[in-house]
Amino acid sequence: MTQLLSVRDLKVHFPTAKGGTVHAVDGVSFDIQRGQTLGIVGESGSGKTTTALAVMRLAPITGGEIALDGTPISRIEGEELRRARPRFQMVFQDPFSSLNPRDRVGRIIRQPMDLLGLGEPSGRDARVEELLTQVGLRPELKSLYPHQFSGGQRQRIGLARALATKPDLIVFDEPVSALDVAVQAQVLNLIRRLQRETGLTYLFISHDLGVVRHICDEIAVMYLGQIVEKAPAAQIFAAPRHPYTQALIAAAPSLAPEHRRRGGGARLQGDPPSPVNLPKGCRFASRCPIAVEDCRQRMPALRQLAPGQAVACHLA
Amino acid sequence: MTDPVLDIRNLKVDFATRRGTAHVLDDVSFSVAPGELLAIVGESGCGKSMTALSVLGLIPSPPGKVVGGSILFQGRDLTKLRPSEMRKIRGGDIAMIFQEPMTSLNPVFTCGEQIAEAVRLHQKVSPRAAFARAVDMLRAVGIPEPELRARAYPHQLSGGMRQRVMIAMALSCEPKLLIADEPTTALDVTVQAQIFGLLDELRQKTGTAIVLITHDMGAVAEMADKVAVMYAGRVIERGPADAVLDDPGHPYTRGLLASIPRVDADPDTDLPEIPGIVPALTDLGRGCAFAPRCPLAVDACHAAQPRHVAMTGDHSAACIQLEPREVPA
Repeated sequence: MTQLLSVRDLKVHFPTAKGGTVHAVDGVSFDIQRGQTLGIVGESGSGKTTTALAVMRLAPITGGEIALDGTPISRIEGEELRRARPRFQMVFQDPFSSLNPRDRVGRIIRQPMDLLGLGEPSGRDARVEELLTQVGLRPELKSLYPHQFSGGQRQRIGLARALATKPDLIVFDEPVSALDVAVQAQVLNLIRRLQRETGLTYLFISHDLGVVRHICDEIAVMYLGQIVEKAPAAQIFAAPRHPYTQALIAAAPSLAPEHRRRGGGARLQGDPPSPVNLPKGCRFASRCPIAVEDCRQRMPALRQLAPGQAVACHLA
Repeated sequence: MTDPVLDIRNLKVDFATRRGTAHVLDDVSFSVAPGELLAIVGESGCGKSMTALSVLGLIPSPPGKVVGGSILFQGRDLTKLRPSEMRKIRGGDIAMIFQEPMTSLNPVFTCGEQIAEAVRLHQKVSPRAAFARAVDMLRAVGIPEPELRARAYPHQLSGGMRQRVMIAMALSCEPKLLIADEPTTALDVTVQAQIFGLLDELRQKTGTAIVLITHDMGAVAEMADKVAVMYAGRVIERGPADAVLDDPGHPYTRGLLASIPRVDADPDTDLPEIPGIVPALTDLGRGCAFAPRCPLAVDACHAAQPRHVAMTGDHSAACIQLEPREVPA
């Protein structure tokens, strides 16, 4: 296996109106091997979407390095960035607002090829039909407008558009969270089939543990801008080591018999602290059921605990 | 067996649309007893939110209209009440919490003022007593420093806190029935667990009956005593939660349960899919609305609506496959 994406100590900070700083992403590092899927899970404000946007070069990078197939992409700008764009593409969360309502579907899918000058112009319409077929839509649907499609079909169109440039990496930001469960299954199966057929590499952002378990090889859990645990998918569910990962897995609703009528189960108290005024110690300490004084004083580093499993907790 | 708080019988609601009449609710029946939690589950457009709105008399009319059936609340038929009578019940004996806690609170009043207003609409108390009641309610739903939060505006609170304020408001008049329409969809899972815990505790303490509207089978498993599964405006299966989740009778319920990505499932196999999409309510045929997507459909399914067939106890499903077969002579 060769490494496709490498992210080192990524930081994305935003200034606030009152002169403070939002530490949206605060020192995140990970690698993704070619043909593999890394999932990032976390709650709102954990920085998972900002991480995805920074990798896509759609959020300003404050610090750190991102390299795609050995080529640094975190500092390039202008024409150089534009020429690199075909290699990494994105599928967005909202299938309604991420497609231009005034364009026909064929044009939406063709546009990346036109803008980036990919392939012969005369061959692009044929490529559009090929892409529609690939995502399970009939080619003649290219002359319709986005509003004539259901949510699941629109997400297929978004996927066809991302595939149009023949990328190495696709970044998915909550691609199925706006879909009903039956349609969600159709789209998840499609995402996996495309990876099997084409060897694509995925960065997959989601808040749904069942979904990431199904789709990802490796999972990183984020809390307040940092990765608190990273491990192969099976391992993180079988033996979560960070108290936050444990709480997240325990809180996820499930059909399992032991979850019946438990009224939400064991739960964390309170809300995450503000990303502006961060505590100096562990960021999870204020909600952690096992935190000790040391946790409030010293920030734990992400350290290797088992093969492939890294955890940022003094007590793990 | 206690009398049900809410007993909906054969409710039918039509909407006039440009493409003809849509049967938004068709022959919907279910009941909830005090302290019981009934979950209504289904995909977008199945009629679950419309069911909640009809109980509260909030169906936009026109174009909507209750064309048949009854909604019995403590024995009174809500479909027959005058608007002024309905106003007394709404927010008092029947309360509702909505999906989006940001848009359902008024941004220009403090949380305490909004709860106090609800109290004063239904009870003869002084403004001061109503505000004190608001503070008590905020404390009851687990908000830290309730005196302080009562003077806060909605934007100063997190999503989970705002949903707690909504719950405090809904419970301020000690409702007999609480309708919660996707109360945790906008919230994170750890906060969802807190809200679920709160609702569960309240119904045990006060005996309030709860109708939980959700698209999440996981939420059903965590919370519900009973469940009604809706598809295209009809209840296609209902019964005790365990029976429906463990032994689903309708092919749609089975498909819905199978298509959930589960943490404990084998990730190397594809998820079972329900092919196709939900039909438009304006062009439902004569037969079972699920038949065009159903793996088991036979000719008879397209010809007539299936009846509810009892399975075990209160568990029933509307599917022709469950009809007793005639033994050939």
